[in-house]
Amino acid sequence: MVALALLPWAHRAWSERDGRVTTKKTPPNHDEGLSCSDLEKPKPSDDTQRSETQDQQSESGTELLRTRISKARDLVSNRLKDIRGGSVDPQIWEKIEELLILADVGVHTTMETVTRLRAAVEDQSLSEGGMVLDQLKSQMVTELSRDRALQTVAPKGGVPIWLFVGVNGVGKTTSIGKVARRYTDEGLKVLLAAGDTFRAAAAEQLEQWALASDAELVRGSEGADPSSVIYDASEAASARGVDLVLADTAGRLHNKVNLMEELAKVRRVADREPGEVCEVLLVIDATTGQNGLSQAREFAHAVNVTGVVLTKLDGSAKGGIVFAIEKELGLPVKLVGLGEGDRDLVDFDPDLFVEALFGND
Amino acid sequence: MFQSLTDRFDGILNRLRGKGRLTENDISEATREIRLALLEADVHFSVVQGFIERTRERCLGADVSESLTPGQQVVKIVNEELTTILGGESFQVTYSSKPPTVVLMAGLQGSGKTTSSAKLARWFKSQGRNPLLVAADLQRPAAVDQLQTLAQQIEVPVFTAPEGAIEAARGGLVEARQTGRDVLIVDTAGRLTVDDALMNEIAGISDAVEPDYTFLVVDAMTGQDAVNTAEVFHATLELDAVILTKLDGDARGGAALSVKEVVGRPVAFASTGEKLQDFDQFHPERMAERILGMGDVLTLIEKAEEVFEQEAAEAATQRLLEGTFTLNDFVEQLRQVRQMGDLSSIVSMMPGVPKEVKDADVDEREIDRVEAIVLSMTPEERINPDVVDGSRRARIAKGSGTTPNQVSNLLKQFKEMRKAMKGLAGLGSKSKGRKSKTKKGKKGKKNSARGGNSRIQPKETTAIPKLDIDDLDLTLPGR
Repeated sequence: MVALALLPWAHRAWSERDGRVTTKKTPPNHDEGLSCSDLEKPKPSDDTQRSETQDQQSESGTELLRTRISKARDLVSNRLKDIRGGSVDPQIWEKIEELLILADVGVHTTMETVTRLRAAVEDQSLSEGGMVLDQLKSQMVTELSRDRALQTVAPKGGVPIWLFVGVNGVGKTTSIGKVARRYTDEGLKVLLAAGDTFRAAAAEQLEQWALASDAELVRGSEGADPSSVIYDASEAASARGVDLVLADTAGRLHNKVNLMEELAKVRRVADREPGEVCEVLLVIDATTGQNGLSQAREFAHAVNVTGVVLTKLDGSAKGGIVFAIEKELGLPVKLVGLGEGDRDLVDFDPDLFVEALFGND
Repeated sequence: MFQSLTDRFDGILNRLRGKGRLTENDISEATREIRLALLEADVHFSVVQGFIERTRERCLGADVSESLTPGQQVVKIVNEELTTILGGESFQVTYSSKPPTVVLMAGLQGSGKTTSSAKLARWFKSQGRNPLLVAADLQRPAAVDQLQTLAQQIEVPVFTAPEGAIEAARGGLVEARQTGRDVLIVDTAGRLTVDDALMNEIAGISDAVEPDYTFLVVDAMTGQDAVNTAEVFHATLELDAVILTKLDGDARGGAALSVKEVVGRPVAFASTGEKLQDFDQFHPERMAERILGMGDVLTLIEKAEEVFEQEAAEAATQRLLEGTFTLNDFVEQLRQVRQMGDLSSIVSMMPGVPKEVKDADVDEREIDRVEAIVLSMTPEERINPDVVDGSRRARIAKGSGTTPNQVSNLLKQFKEMRKAMKGLAGLGSKSKGRKSKTKKGKKGKKNSARGGNSRIQPKETTAIPKLDIDDLDLTLPGR
């Protein structure tokens, strides 16, 4: 009954408001927003003022920027050099922690990893920084050993359905396009289900991917029930002898209860005859920080995620959060997106991932 | 396992607050915790280091004010440092004297540029402007369709040209001048900072339209890479400000701190929901306050102002305080509160709301149910719920698709709330002395009497959160 809790509060806020404004207890900026009269007649002086302040800003800004760019860029490679060249001293652990945190591995997982590394290093009495680094890499690779096979055949003989889920803007639709390409290349008959009926033009986007990847498409109207679109798709797939259905869903933030319930329903309905859900792939953007763990936990809880697709790994972000996701939740990363081309989707390789995590070592 | 930054700071600072005097050890412990909290919130590593150094120095330094306890001092310093990083003042838009005022949107793929472009257009409209949108994202399939669909909802025209992004932008500028549009918003394709060709393209767009404002759209969930992204875009385009999106998620948004600190540009707007109106100017000092556990009171008040029709609200408030508040008023208020945006985001802005309530799943459908129950009542029942007996209750339940139990629960809670509000009226009035004491006694009893649903009125609600840090009596809500 949150509404009931909310109501008195809103009223207090409202009735307090007058008091605040008159007694000027409000922080000064409260009334500083653009008032209508300012907007109607832009003062001629505004422009010159703005360009002046901008010039000042940009001068100090560029200088600041120059130093800072080099600072951030050098951070990783300097740390690596330090570690490789140095001996095993107390600082080395801090440097390794920094490296992992900078790659978005997260504080908690970083601490655990470094504790285990320390034990191993002491055990084997390693003495050089380079050896420690290699030990770290092999330790991380070992921790990433997991079954990553993708199921294209339904165990119970239904139409295999893959569900793509994730928060907004991670690249679900694009990943579907790429997966479609991959399996049509292998000679499978693939059908795309436009289950994102919420975002404007999401179905059009998927339609273009269907064209590009020689896949079929089933779509509903905007605002339609995503479950019914996906169910229609599985019926159509069964009728047309399709080998694999890739179902798109609308992006949703994992803390929205109703949207997560909707997704759970989509999964239940997709699992009905003739369909059979074989993979539920959580798409995660490599730039995602610690929130990725929260996303994975909530989606796993709602729809029983079977694997992760890590997208946009071709950028400067390292995607270290998936290491934490694998370790803490046991969700395997199955696919990695490396670009905008339709064949830029590859199987996850722990060795390459760990290597890339540490940049150009 | 993770707590929000706010919760963490609450915890740390509460520990400090209990002490009379701070030792160097205390400060080390506090800064260590703050460091972890900031890192878990995705604040960039080097930004955290700077923050911690400054905080520690100032805590250890001589500028300990005599009027504050050491605990208050740390709260104050942390708050000031956070506010410094976040930028101090809100961003102001100044319109070009030679319209149109050109706004260029830039960012990584999936950060929310297209949606933000439409939301920004809506915002300019609400400011009395006539925006024109340019769809210069020719990269992503159907991006133009997406912008057109959104633009239709807010009745803003879209210009595009299939030849290329730069041509579209240039053409949009001409179109805006010809059709008398005074704001031009150019939506561009998402691009990675390592993609030189696309970074050159956006530099070309920028040269073609000479934007008055270049906004970088940043996802609040971004990790350590936010700094790198902002740096490269800033080096290419000379950014003016940042638009922070997806703040309605549970990410702690440390990226905002990082970006501000590293490129020195403020967050101008923040997007807090999927609806086009869930978009607002960003108030940096409020974000700092939110992190410190004071809740985003000011934003909420402004939202309330926007939505509540003043007279109606005042009349309802009056009735509420007099105890003659009816179920009609109640439903009306519910609807208005919902207009303010997503319930969970409103709840998260409120100070003093116990953590359990914030974490509780806010089920919007529950409110639908409440509404349905009230709407299934006769006018008489709505004004005087005491007339509802067993048979009426059964009828209402049937009409609203609920159970008689749910109906009586609602009525019970409504009556309790009405009583509680009547009590509050006494507390809130200026004669605080004698009268409020007696009322307080009464209210206290009721508080304890209320059972599982006592979320309604956390004790703290009697203490209106103060926004002035100096006035802060350090009973921060939420404890």
